[in-house]
Amino acid sequence: MAEPLPPKERVKIPRQGMPEQDAHQRARNFKEVNLGLEVVAAESEAQRCLSCADPKCVQGCPVGVKIRDFVELVLDGEYLKAAAKIREDNVLPAVTGRVCPQEKQCEGACIMGRRFSSLAIGNLERFVADYELQTGEVGLPERAPATGKKVAIVGSGPAGLSCAGDLALNGHDVTVFEALHEIGGVLVYGIPEFRLPKAIVRGEIENMKKMGIDFQTNVVIGKSVTIDELFQEEDFDAVFIATGAGLPQFLNIPGEHLGGVYSANEFLTRVNLMKAYDEENYDEPVYKCRDRNVAVIGGGNTAMDSVRSAMRLGAEHAYIVYRRGEEEMPARAEEVHHAKDEGVEFLNLHNPTEFIGDEQGILKAVKLIKMELGEPDESGRRRPQPIEGSEFEMPLDVAIIAVGTGANPLVQSTTPDMATNKWGYIIADENTLRTTKRGVFAGGDIVSGAATVILAMGAGRTAAKSINEYLATGEW
Amino acid sequence: MYPIVETRELATDVKLFRILAPRVAKKRKAGQFVIVRIDEHGERIPLTIADSDDQGNITIIVQGVGKTTKWLNTLRTGDSLLDVVGPLGEESEIGDFGTVVVIGGGVGTAIAYPTAVAMKQAGSRVISILGARNKELLILEDELRATSDELCIMTDDGSYGEKGFVTQKLQQLIDRGEPIARVLAIGPIPMMKAVAEVTRDLGIKTIVSLNPIMVDGTGMCGGCRVLVGGKSKFACVDGPEFDAHEVDFDILIQRNSLYKTQEKKSLERFEADKCENK
Ligand SMILES: Cc1cc2nc3c(=O)[nH]c(=O)nc-3n(C[C@H](O)[C@H](O)[C@H](O)COP(=O)(O)OP(=O)(O)OC[C@H]3O[C@@H](n4cnc5c(N)ncnc54)[C@H](O)[C@@H]3O)c2cc1C
Ligand SMILES: Cc1cc2nc3c(=O)[nH]c(=O)nc-3n(C[C@H](O)[C@H](O)[C@H](O)COP(=O)(O)OP(=O)(O)OC[C@H]3O[C@@H](n4cnc5c(N)ncnc54)[C@H](O)[C@@H]3O)c2cc1C
Ligand code: SF4
Ligand code: SF4
Ligand code: FES
Repeated sequence: MAEPLPPKERVKIPRQGMPEQDAHQRARNFKEVNLGLEVVAAESEAQRCLSCADPKCVQGCPVGVKIRDFVELVLDGEYLKAAAKIREDNVLPAVTGRVCPQEKQCEGACIMGRRFSSLAIGNLERFVADYELQTGEVGLPERAPATGKKVAIVGSGPAGLSCAGDLALNGHDVTVFEALHEIGGVLVYGIPEFRLPKAIVRGEIENMKKMGIDFQTNVVIGKSVTIDELFQEEDFDAVFIATGAGLPQFLNIPGEHLGGVYSANEFLTRVNLMKAYDEENYDEPVYKCRDRNVAVIGGGNTAMDSVRSAMRLGAEHAYIVYRRGEEEMPARAEEVHHAKDEGVEFLNLHNPTEFIGDEQGILKAVKLIKMELGEPDESGRRRPQPIEGSEFEMPLDVAIIAVGTGANPLVQSTTPDMATNKWGYIIADENTLRTTKRGVFAGGDIVSGAATVILAMGAGRTAAKSINEYLATGEW
Repeated sequence: MYPIVETRELATDVKLFRILAPRVAKKRKAGQFVIVRIDEHGERIPLTIADSDDQGNITIIVQGVGKTTKWLNTLRTGDSLLDVVGPLGEESEIGDFGTVVVIGGGVGTAIAYPTAVAMKQAGSRVISILGARNKELLILEDELRATSDELCIMTDDGSYGEKGFVTQKLQQLIDRGEPIARVLAIGPIPMMKAVAEVTRDLGIKTIVSLNPIMVDGTGMCGGCRVLVGGKSKFACVDGPEFDAHEVDFDILIQRNSLYKTQEKKSLERFEADKCENK
């Protein structure tokens, strides 16, 4: 237990760095990069918090985690209580502590950040959640008496999981349907092991199974069974759709069919879900990256995960090709920073115009054009424009396209009475997440478009609340 | 787990499995497929649903061509598969079209079979052409005979039926004045490409079922993309059946050979293990 210090003293404590695997070493293995705070460092970090009367940090968190309160519990040495405090608003703290873009959310709003450096809220969140997982003493909250109502959750990403958790606590009979053979959505097939170990996600899912939630893998809603059939033939009383934004977008430039050109989804699925990195023990192959030149097109989290995976598969050169500047990159700041330390080469303000193949149809080069930033566009970011005559060719063996995703249409196309917008995303009421179809709710990336883990979880929560109301009143 | 309730050898390296998968059995339509994974270490591979019954079983017919399919073919009644997901893909367009020629090459016959049955049931007149390298590799002859108004068999070496390629038989049917409304051709890519060339100028509607490499089968990875009519299509959700005259077969051939080295390695390892275990 650490003694609280006067504010003047607190601000003098430096922000505690996150211990990490040596950059040189980790660039070639799939083990987690960040090692987690030690108790002493966590205490020092917690001491830096000013315990603000009006904590700005909480407003910065999309689900309003009671940050000041949990940090105080850390100071008291009450790590399990601190974790429970976070769980009141966030059911996957071990995940969000690792993957939230804190610099834009909680930490971005922290008052300390104005004059000093902000409190390392994400690292503390991870610290208490890991403590809880290590001790195995996860305080599973009490379930309400059974209501006899059945709810189907479609998709097991963060939105589906958080909704399932809340509904189970409310005493409903919850079944989660997942198209793939593993539970977790992007947390298992997208975000790599070195950033979010699968064991963490599995641990959380085990907890949910203990709460009585039924998980059915290998069921593609819309194909194996439709939404209408869930109501009519399987007697569900409500459905929450959380199928994510899984449809990969391509660039529509010449050469995209060449061997060696991947969507980030395919590359990451092969590497993460199908464990292609362990060639000796698993069958799913991935195109050879060892000693090759690999370029990832894009500047988001998906791009960083892809390029760092390629690095770990042994790439000679691993490039990020991004059409804007580093300032505009949507990826978490820490990931960009880690990628650089690991030797990833950044070709900012560059854009591919063509992939070039050999006679066998295998990628051998890419044509790139240099870009400059013009006037800001609708999103407020300055619009990139090609610089005429600046094209050049670069040898390349593997290209991974990570320029965004669209709405997966499988559920929508077999549920004609549920409205979608012009991009195919499901339309849901902002406050209740009700769709235009009675008894059907939707949230997460399939409503918002590609966003973040914590926003998807927030949506799952909101949906659970609103489903609860609907099941209680029967009113639509 | 999905238990195997029956297996039957149909030909050299070709085996039929009935598997308990009630959700799939209930929903499946001709032309659709499942993705299966044998165990935790296996890859996901797509296989067409050849049939289903009221007890919740589906039938798949597997030709051993590489590690996973050969491994699958060692399984017996009582074993089970870890994952079976489906039905995936769009169903075949079925109807009373008049005369329909169904061409099956090798294990493609298994893929064509359910569609031939559905066409017949819908009122079409079905002429089937079965092709194989030799007599030993022919499958589903009796089943197709029962559902076809006419059945022609072609072997490369003349060991059974007539000697020659399926395209020669198709040409003969055209020459004899058959009013062919539609052709369905499923088999090795070069065969489908050749059939498309026979019918292209005559404007006979020709459907092929494409077999690109797949991973998820739900439109999420884009690995199964094929070029059809100059546009990228995902075979697992937009197909697997497409208009043969619009398909870029050369790109499909290239993309399907991408993992040759790894597939070979995986197969060698598998065969080596098999010897050790003996
Ligand atoms: C590579 C990558 C890295 C990322 N990194 C970060 C990060 O660091 N921080 C962050 O905050 N966010 C990150 N994101 C974004 C974040 O992961 C997503 O916003 C979030 O996962 C969305 O959650 P969701 O529950 O809406 O959908 P998803 O996580 O996409 O889950 C949807 C699930 O539904 C299943 N499904 C789809 N269709 C069907 C169907 N018809 N029937 C049954 N199941 C179906 C899918 O298989 C999937 O499992 C990243 C995304 C990617 C791709
Ligand atoms: C929609 C569809 C339906 C199919 N139906 C049947 C069927 O009913 N019976 C049958 O025997 N086969 C069918 N196939 C083909 C079957 O999926 C492949 O033979 C199998 O995946 C090969 O795996 P392998 O490990 O045994 O061989 P590998 O050594 O991996 O490969 C051998 C050959 O199969 C191709 N192949 C490899 N991996 C895949 C993959 N994931 N998906 C597709 N092709 C691949 C490769 O191009 C290679 O030429 C179908 C394919 C598709 C796409
Ligand atoms: S959930 Fe994310 S944004 Fe909220 S406090 Fe935790 S790390 Fe910060
Ligand atoms: S804003 Fe910063 S200093 Fe204030 S309570 Fe939140 S974390 Fe602590
Ligand atoms: S198999 Fe992945 S999109 Fe078709």
